[in-house]
Amino acid sequence: MSTLDFVTVPVNVSDPMIPRVYRVLRTRWNTGDTFSLELVPQEGGDIPAFEPGQFNMVYIYGVGEIPISISGDPARRDLLIHTTRAVGTVTHSMSKLNVDDTLGVRGPFGSAWPVELGRGKDIVIVAGGIGLAPLRPAMYRILANREQYGRVVLLYGARTPADVLYRKELEQWRSQFDLDVFVTVDRATGNWRGSVGLVTQLIGRAPFDPLNSMAIVCGPELMMRFTTMELMKRGISGNNIYISLERNMKCGIGLCGHCQLGSVFVCKDGPVFQHSQVEHLLTRWEL
Amino acid sequence: MKTLETIVAKHPFFDGLQPAYLELITGCAANHVIKAGEFLFREGEEAQQFFVIREGTLKLLVQMPAAGEIILQTIHSGEIVGWSWLFSPYRWHFSGRAATELRVLTFDGACLRQKCDADTGFGYEFMKRFSRIMMERLQATRLQLIDLYQVRE
Amino acid sequence: MTKSSKADFKSRFVLERQDFQCLLDALNGQGYRLIAPTPRDGAVVYDEIAAVSDLPIGLTDEQERGTYRLKDGDPGRLFGCGLGPHSWKKFLYPAELRLWNAHANGSLAITPDDHHPERLALIGVRACELGALRVLDRVLSGGQYHDTVYEAQRDHLFIVAVNCGRAGNTCFCASMNTGPRAESGFDLALTEILEPERHYFVVEVGSEAGQRLFDGVPHQSALEADVQKATTIIETTATHMGRHLDTTGIKDLLYANFENSEWDEVAARCLTCGNCTLVCPTCFCTTVEDVAELTGASAQRIRRWDSCFTMDFSYVVGGHVRASARSRYRQWLTHKLAAWIDQFGSSGCVGCGRCITWCPVGIDLTEEAKTIRAHSQPKPETKSRKKIHHENT
Repeated sequence: MSTLDFVTVPVNVSDPMIPRVYRVLRTRWNTGDTFSLELVPQEGGDIPAFEPGQFNMVYIYGVGEIPISISGDPARRDLLIHTTRAVGTVTHSMSKLNVDDTLGVRGPFGSAWPVELGRGKDIVIVAGGIGLAPLRPAMYRILANREQYGRVVLLYGARTPADVLYRKELEQWRSQFDLDVFVTVDRATGNWRGSVGLVTQLIGRAPFDPLNSMAIVCGPELMMRFTTMELMKRGISGNNIYISLERNMKCGIGLCGHCQLGSVFVCKDGPVFQHSQVEHLLTRWEL
Repeated sequence: MKTLETIVAKHPFFDGLQPAYLELITGCAANHVIKAGEFLFREGEEAQQFFVIREGTLKLLVQMPAAGEIILQTIHSGEIVGWSWLFSPYRWHFSGRAATELRVLTFDGACLRQKCDADTGFGYEFMKRFSRIMMERLQATRLQLIDLYQVRE
Repeated sequence: MTKSSKADFKSRFVLERQDFQCLLDALNGQGYRLIAPTPRDGAVVYDEIAAVSDLPIGLTDEQERGTYRLKDGDPGRLFGCGLGPHSWKKFLYPAELRLWNAHANGSLAITPDDHHPERLALIGVRACELGALRVLDRVLSGGQYHDTVYEAQRDHLFIVAVNCGRAGNTCFCASMNTGPRAESGFDLALTEILEPERHYFVVEVGSEAGQRLFDGVPHQSALEADVQKATTIIETTATHMGRHLDTTGIKDLLYANFENSEWDEVAARCLTCGNCTLVCPTCFCTTVEDVAELTGASAQRIRRWDSCFTMDFSYVVGGHVRASARSRYRQWLTHKLAAWIDQFGSSGCVGCGRCITWCPVGIDLTEEAKTIRAHSQPKPETKSRKKIHHENT
C-alpha cells in the first residue's frame, strides 16, 4: 500500500447477509395451521441450487427473519417452496401474504440429507409433524433416482388426521408399487382408517433391512430421540441415521453464535447431522 | 396345513420360547377369523383372553358421549392385544374392533394363569414378554401425552 | 498491520519520550486516525486522541474482581494503566452495524449499506489484545463465511503494541500464552522504560509498514542494555500475574463436568447481566433487529452485539433452550474455554481479565474453572465423542 493512498474501497456486508427479493406466486394452506408459499425471484432468473435438507432465512418486511427449511423439489430451479406453521410473529405474517407480495430470502444454508450415501441401501424416512416438510426434497431426490435405492419406506406421524401434511402427495406415493408409506396419528376418531399410535411404533414392522439401510429423520427433537432409539433397536447403526436439528439462528452462516449446541453450530455444521455425531449432545439438558 | 404349534412358534411374541413352554401355550390357544367391523371384545365385558394378531388391523376404541368413538391405538399383525385377563376383575377396559379382516390366535386366560402359577419358570418367561410390551405401550403413551407436535407458546 | 503481513525484523530501536508525538504525527501524516487509551469518567477507554497528552499520563489503575479505579501512578508514564472496559473489537466489529435498508414501495427493495473502512492506528495494544485479534480473525474470517466489514477494517489498521510493564490483579495472559510480550501481529511494539533521568521506549518493528513509518520518526538503534532492560520488564511482568488459569486438559475437564453441581453455586451469584460478554475482547455473538420507520416506508436491519446470558438468545418456537442461569453461565464458560478449541482451534480466552474486573458481583472465571477442577465430577460420555469437522480447524 502506498503511504499516500488514503482512499479506501467501500465494502458491503457479505452477500449471504443480504436478502434477495422474492415474489409470492401461490399460497396454499396444507392444514389448519400449516401453509406453503411458492416463490419466484422478483428480478427473474433461477432460484439458487439447493440440496435436500437445507434452509433459507426468510425475511418479512418490517417483521423479522427466521430460518425455514426448503420443501420443494431440488431438481426445479424455477420455484422455491417453503412450508411452515403459523406459530410465531414472522410465520403469522407470512401466512397472511398474498399472491404478488414480496419477501426477502437468504440462503440456501446448512448441511443436506446425504441421500447419495444411501445408494444401494434401503431408505427409511421418518417424519414427525411439520418435520415432513424438510424431508420432502429428499423424497423427490430419491424418487428421481429410484433405481439406485433398495426399498424406500416413509413413516410419518402426525398429531391428528387433520394435521396430515401433503395428503395428496402421500396418497400418490402410497399408491406407487415401489414405495412403502405408513402414516400414523397420535389421536383419531372412529372414521379414521389409518394407524393410531406414535410414529416410533411404525418402525418395528416397517419393511427394510436394518443392516443395509440409511434412515433420515426429522421432527420435534424428542420425537427424533425416540425414533433413533427405535431404529437402532431394529439394528440400524447410528452412523447410518441422520437427523435435522433446530436452534435459534440469526445469521445462518455460523457467525452470530446463537445456534450453538456444544461445539456445534447448527446452522453451518447442520442442520442435518449424522446421529452418532450429536447423540451425546441431545440428552444434555439446556445445552 | 400348519399346525397350531407352528403358527404360535412363528409369531414374534413367542420367538425363542423353549419347546416345552410352546407346547404349554399352544394348549391354551385357538385360531379365529374376525370380519372387518366386528368386535373382538367390548368394554365392560369379561376379559378371559388375549389375542395375537396374525393378520389384519385392530382398532382399540373407547366411546365418549358427544365425542363418539376415539381410536386409542391401532394394533397390527405381529402384535398382541389384551391384558385385562391378567388381573381381577378380568373386565375389558376398552373395545377392540377389526378394522380389516383379522386372523387372530386367541389364548385362554384362565388356562394360562393356571399354567403360570403351576410353573413359575414359565410364568416368569411369559410375564417378561408381556411386561416388555406393556412398557413399550406405556412409553408411547407418555410421548403421546406430551403431544409432541403441538407447539407450546 | 494486516493479518496476513509477515515480517521478521530483529533490530530494536529507541524512541525517546519527547519524540513520541512525532510517532503520532507520522501516523497522522499517513492518514491514520489515532485511537488510544484515554481517561474518561474514571476509566480508561479506547477513543480518538489528538495528541500524546490525551493518553492517561501518570495514571495507573487498581483492579480486583468487581473493582476498577484509576489512581496516580508513576508521574509521566504514558502506558501505566492496564486494560479498561473497552476492547479494540469495537473498531472492527461494531457494537451496532446497519446491514441494509429495505423499502416497501409496492414491492420490497433491499439496499446493502456501504461501509468505508478507516485507516486506524491502534496505539497501546497489549499482547493479550493481539491475541484477541488473532482469535477474532479465526472466527470472523477463518471459516467458510467471512465478516467482510471486519476483514476490510482489519486490513486498514496500523498497530502500535505496548508490552506490559505491570500485570494487573485480574491479568492471566501468561496462563493463556498470549502475553505479556507482543510476539507478532503488530507494526510496532514498544516497551516503555521510565527511569529517573530518562524516559524512552524500546521499539520492535513488526512489519514493512511499521518500518516505513518508523523511518520518518526520530530514533536511534537500541543498545544491548536497552533491549535487556525491556526484556527484564516483560519477564518481571510475566511472573506477577494477578490470576492464574490451569488450562491442562481444560476442554475435556469442562465437557466431562457438564452436570457438576458447582454450576448451581455460581448461578446463584450470577446476575446474567452479560457484562462479561460485553467487555470480552473475543465474544462475537450478535443478533439482528429490524427497525421499521413509523411511516412504514422503510426498515433497517441492524446487527448488534448480543450476549448468551440473555434468555432470548436461545429462543426457539415454544421456549428457551437455556432457561436457567446455570445453563447460561455454563454455556459461556464452556464455550470460551472448551468448545472454542473444537470450533476454532484455540481457546476463546486470552487472559485479559476484563470479565473478572467488570463482573458486578465479582465472579472470577479463573476461580470457577479452578472450582470445577477441584470438584471434578466427571461423567464420561456414554459413546465416544466424534469430532465434527470444522472449516476453521
